Amino acid sequence: MTDLVQETKAGSALRGAGLRAWRKYSAYVGVLPFMILVSIFLLWPTFSVVSGAFQNAAGKFDLSTLKSVLSSPAHRAAFEHSIQISAITAIVGSVVGALFAWAVSTGKSGGAVRRICLSASGVLAQFGGVMLTFAYLATFGFNGLVTSFFLKHWSHSFFAHPTWLYGITGLCIVYSFFQIPLMFLVFLPTVDNLKPQWREASDGLGGGTFEYWRRIGIPVLTPSFLGAFLLLFANSFSAYATAASLVSQGSIITPLEISGALSSETGANNPALAKSLSLAMVVVVVIVLALYTLLRRRVSRWEQ
Amino acid sequence: MRLNKLTGSVASLVLALGVTGSAFTVTSAQGAVNASAATSAADFGGIAGLTAACKKEGALNIIADPHDWANYGAIITGFKAKYKVKINEANPNGSSQDEINAANQLKGTKRAPDVFDLGQAVLYANTEILAPYKVLAWPNIPASFKAPNGLFTKDYGGIMAVGYDASLGTITSLGDLLGSQFAGKVALNGDPTKASAGMNGVLMASLANGGSLSDISAGVAWFKKLAAAGNFINVDPSPATIASGQTPVVFDWDYNQAATVKAYAAAGKKWNVFFPTGALVGAYYNQAVDLYAPHPACARLWMEYVFSPVGQNAWLVGGSRPILTDYMVKTGTINKAALAALPTVKGAAVIATPNQTKAANDYLAANWAAAVGTR
Repeated sequence: MTDLVQETKAGSALRGAGLRAWRKYSAYVGVLPFMILVSIFLLWPTFSVVSGAFQNAAGKFDLSTLKSVLSSPAHRAAFEHSIQISAITAIVGSVVGALFAWAVSTGKSGGAVRRICLSASGVLAQFGGVMLTFAYLATFGFNGLVTSFFLKHWSHSFFAHPTWLYGITGLCIVYSFFQIPLMFLVFLPTVDNLKPQWREASDGLGGGTFEYWRRIGIPVLTPSFLGAFLLLFANSFSAYATAASLVSQGSIITPLEISGALSSETGANNPALAKSLSLAMVVVVVIVLALYTLLRRRVSRWEQ
Repeated sequence: MRLNKLTGSVASLVLALGVTGSAFTVTSAQGAVNASAATSAADFGGIAGLTAACKKEGALNIIADPHDWANYGAIITGFKAKYKVKINEANPNGSSQDEINAANQLKGTKRAPDVFDLGQAVLYANTEILAPYKVLAWPNIPASFKAPNGLFTKDYGGIMAVGYDASLGTITSLGDLLGSQFAGKVALNGDPTKASAGMNGVLMASLANGGSLSDISAGVAWFKKLAAAGNFINVDPSPATIASGQTPVVFDWDYNQAATVKAYAAAGKKWNVFFPTGALVGAYYNQAVDLYAPHPACARLWMEYVFSPVGQNAWLVGGSRPILTDYMVKTGTINKAALAALPTVKGAAVIATPNQTKAANDYLAANWAAAVGTR
């Protein structure tokens, strides 16, 4: 009898331990599909790119492709253009988008303007690729609406000769089209967080508008602003479809060079080169995201 | 209990898959001929046997064969009508390299391409995934246009040309294109670091400007001048951009120009085709069978079809120059009207050798983007 009781106790203790372990680890079961997805579509490709960059066509360890990427003026130029376009559109996007967000946040919360701006930005921030290119071609392309109008009336003006559209200038303008709404979306919650009490406190202590912005507004917004800037930079840096559908000659940015190295039919096809170029891009994005994470830590400290 | 149910259904799924898999193997093993290893129609007991084997497969996978390219549309509908098999067309605007990539990535699946239409550079770099097959017309194809082991056969080709809207005036030399009336109007079919047509356009510009096929710097320099004048545009020409007037001057193969000539005539306009003197650059596209073709008999039947008089005349109607032209003229099977409609050229076209192509690739990789890309 005693034995039996003891056995049952031992059994329930065992079950208890099993239950605790299950409670402890069951959370991971829920996240498992996501982990599998991430491994297949993110970690494995990244690993394949990084390891491929250090191999030659035969799969042997080889640094020559990576070295040739670093020393080639053509690849360096494309890389510089990529960074240049990302920086310009991130600056334009973040400044204009932030002002836009501030303007909307001062309006009525829940008002029609705010709702329209939010939903429009939600759509436009994703409006990249072939659709966006088409919109620009139909407007500013060689047969575009604006171009035809200017050709007829001011045939020597900037808009009458849209060769600028198919190069770096064009990419900067076109990218801004999705960068500004994206900035608006990510920055609006931050601007909304500027509590009116802070302004009242500042006023109560005798501070004017200038003091308020210098001592409270800008310092509070800066980490968030810089974070959003980095997000825009990475967003533009990795954009491919828009550029691919707009620029067909001379791979002026690195993503286009990668595509060329993967699909050339003239014998210039070189997967190792594509992977080396990708590695260079991964390095830049990792740096950007590391900075972003550091900034977010600062931001979340006061947002809580 | 629930878990048991789940494992049960998984087990039955696995079982079902296993059964399908083995059933599939049995069917293919039952076939009298191993189509994947057949190197000529004789292995099937002639065309009738090959046709029967293909009908049993019921489908053919092709890739990167646009309907408006060298009359592929007619070839595809002709094959479908004649043999009543389904044709699955993948990635019509893909490049030769895309074809090879698809074959490697889809190897062993039913979606892998059965046949290839390849430019020379990609062909020579990837012969290991081609299956040898000699079509019935093999003896009539000149020796320099086929692989002796039957891995590939050159099929149709063309000569690089400048096509342009006749309302812009008449071009008598490439230099004319530097004039201000061509501002923002001159396009090259594809980036020459990626597309064979684009590269041959640069080769043509090289020959026309005192360069050679081995040293293409003169060609790139000429395009640089064209870009600096604001005449070169960064738009990939297509039937749509030509129809809309976005690309009124196009460097492209004469067979692609032939389609534009027709489209323009239908719209009551005129499209001229110009071959610069002393700068005739030609190239042939090659047909080959995928070693891992999921429909090996249909792949081989397709080869027979494109090298039959019907197939060859379809290329000719499309404005390209079929490989069997001389033989068909001799035997009277050629479409005489289509032959007469080909643009006449003075002299013979030169074709870049693999070494020249490699040198051109290296030069373009280092210089093309800087010459035309950045503004």
